[in-house]
Amino acid sequence: MSHSLARASRNVTGTVSSIDWEALSPAEARRLREFGLDEGVEVELVKPVGWLGGPAAVRIGRMTVALRRHITEAIKVAVPAE
Amino acid sequence: MNAVPLVALVGNPNAGKTALFNALTGARQKVGNYPGVTVERHAGRMALDDGRPIELVDLPGTYSLDPSSPDEQVTRDVVLGKQAGERLPDALVVVADASNLENHLRFVLQLRQLGRPMIVALNMIDMATRDGLTIDADALSAALGVPVVTTVAVRKRGLDDLRAALAGVLLGSRPAAPAEIESDIRHFQREARRIAADAIVEQPGGRAFTRGVDRVVLHPVAGPLILATVMLVMFQAVYAWSEAPIGWIEGLQGWLAESAAAYLPENFLRDLLIEGIINGVGSVVVFLPQILILFFFILLLEATGYMVRAAFLMDRLMSGIGLSGRAFIPLLSSFACAIPGIMAARSIDDPRERLTTILIAPLMTCSARLPVYAVLIGAFIPAISVGPGIGLQGLVLFGLYVAGILGAIAAAFVLRMTATRGKGGGFMMELPRYQLPSIRDVLIGMWQRAWLFLRRAGTIIMGVTVALWLLASYPVAPEGVKQSEYSIAGRVASGLEVVLKPIGFNHEMSLAVIPAMAAREVAVSALQTVYSIDADADEEGQALGAQLAARWSLPTALAFLAWFVFAPQCLSTIAVARRETNGWKWPIVMIVYLFAAAYVFAGITFWTATALGL
Repeated sequence: MSHSLARASRNVTGTVSSIDWEALSPAEARRLREFGLDEGVEVELVKPVGWLGGPAAVRIGRMTVALRRHITEAIKVAVPAE
Repeated sequence: MNAVPLVALVGNPNAGKTALFNALTGARQKVGNYPGVTVERHAGRMALDDGRPIELVDLPGTYSLDPSSPDEQVTRDVVLGKQAGERLPDALVVVADASNLENHLRFVLQLRQLGRPMIVALNMIDMATRDGLTIDADALSAALGVPVVTTVAVRKRGLDDLRAALAGVLLGSRPAAPAEIESDIRHFQREARRIAADAIVEQPGGRAFTRGVDRVVLHPVAGPLILATVMLVMFQAVYAWSEAPIGWIEGLQGWLAESAAAYLPENFLRDLLIEGIINGVGSVVVFLPQILILFFFILLLEATGYMVRAAFLMDRLMSGIGLSGRAFIPLLSSFACAIPGIMAARSIDDPRERLTTILIAPLMTCSARLPVYAVLIGAFIPAISVGPGIGLQGLVLFGLYVAGILGAIAAAFVLRMTATRGKGGGFMMELPRYQLPSIRDVLIGMWQRAWLFLRRAGTIIMGVTVALWLLASYPVAPEGVKQSEYSIAGRVASGLEVVLKPIGFNHEMSLAVIPAMAAREVAVSALQTVYSIDADADEEGQALGAQLAARWSLPTALAFLAWFVFAPQCLSTIAVARRETNGWKWPIVMIVYLFAAAYVFAGITFWTATALGL
């Protein structure tokens, strides 16, 4: 099953299946790569975007980063079917 | 030829570089600036086991050699030998977080490509162990082809091994220039993952503590409540904890003035020493405890990892005015002083957001405003209670802080719609693990801030106070004429008074705002100087607050308070803004809009208070 990271369930680990780099600015794309985000990397939504907005907290490998909604929407993750 | 080898500490943000730098150099540090930029240069001396000295430089944290902010640019330029005012380092110590090896190794691999002598300090190895990780440092060293030393900087562990390894690499041959670097970091990332997987022997789930705390701290309801409580405790402590030390400084100042009066003959030099230097500088140094308490909290919040969580929580609110949570950290620092606040804005990637943050930072109520606020509130606002545990004086002070914040919000909103219009840079930040702060590192940070403040008090503030005392004392007024009006300073103030009179300012206030251009707190020492020069026998020795209460109306005092919420009266801030924005254009915009706001709001305050019959 594959969907955007923005729609992922909290605390469920998935694997990045694709990233829509075109939806990101060059600076955002560069920072994501510096955070180690790439196809095949393990990610987990630690804290989703709140009802009033604000960033999400996402675990990438062994680090947790803050990402705004549009970035989590550009990341597609594959999660094992329940 | 340089006799002392230069070694640079490099690494990702949150790798513990500064803790390692403090552990290796202790208090033998020098904080300066790289020429042309406001990025601080932290350098210090250490000695190898054979006694050879080393100059160690702590570089700003960065994820790669492709910079996205001015401080990351400095790191890249230093390691490539292209930074003006810095020689090419003889060796690099790359600090990597052992508990986040995959990510930090990527930068190690990119730096290795430079071909410079280097060592990897596998820092926070205790945290990795706590997470259940076992790392084979020898296997890692073999895979990377460079020495790897495990360290726990905050506990000073592994430092002997690091010094021994450093002595080894410095004995080896030194390539003349760094090799070319590759900017596409994806293949470094894949190689880093492969090397990390081979070097990590065990890896169960980790960071349970940080995740557990984050569940509460980042909670949509509990998170903002915790942040508000932290802020409240911080600002309360600034006042409550500083009472006693302020009393000690005032006692020392009084003792010095009395001793000088008792032992020195009555002449020009004695007056200059007592009225100009001891009382003038003393009225500013007295705020050192409050500044140190504020910095204590800021350093503590940074060291524990909470500061980034505060930025996370504030991002929603900040995005509403076209900024991001990143701007929260410089703005919070600006409550202590706008200078480190403006300098902290260099970590903001987006140039427009960074510029907006710089332009609104002077609106945060810095500690230099406290002397002005404290004197006027004490003199004009009655010390009555307006609710359980809430005094009217404290409430007015709180209102002045809020006025500054609202002013900054409005200014940011207008700037982002006009001068700094454009898409924002977003908010992408690493949330580091929580950790116990090293008290020693916090104390070193406080010592550096105290030294900068005292140096300022001993140079700019003392110079301006003495100059004002001279200008306000001469020429000596004939009998029946007020000295503050007859003197050179008085005549200049009379010219300015024409402009400031409509908003309720009197002659003494017009005189005080001129030297206060150097620093806001000088307004207090300037008023003290003017009134002590003018004082008759009955008024001599009377506290400044009592003199103001007797001479000023309430609307006038309120107008003066409103003026200081906005007025950009700080030459150091203007100088830092000029350096940080590479020219005079933006500091001039800042000066014009803040003075215009100060004039308008002081006027509105004065006219409204007068109309209400206050």
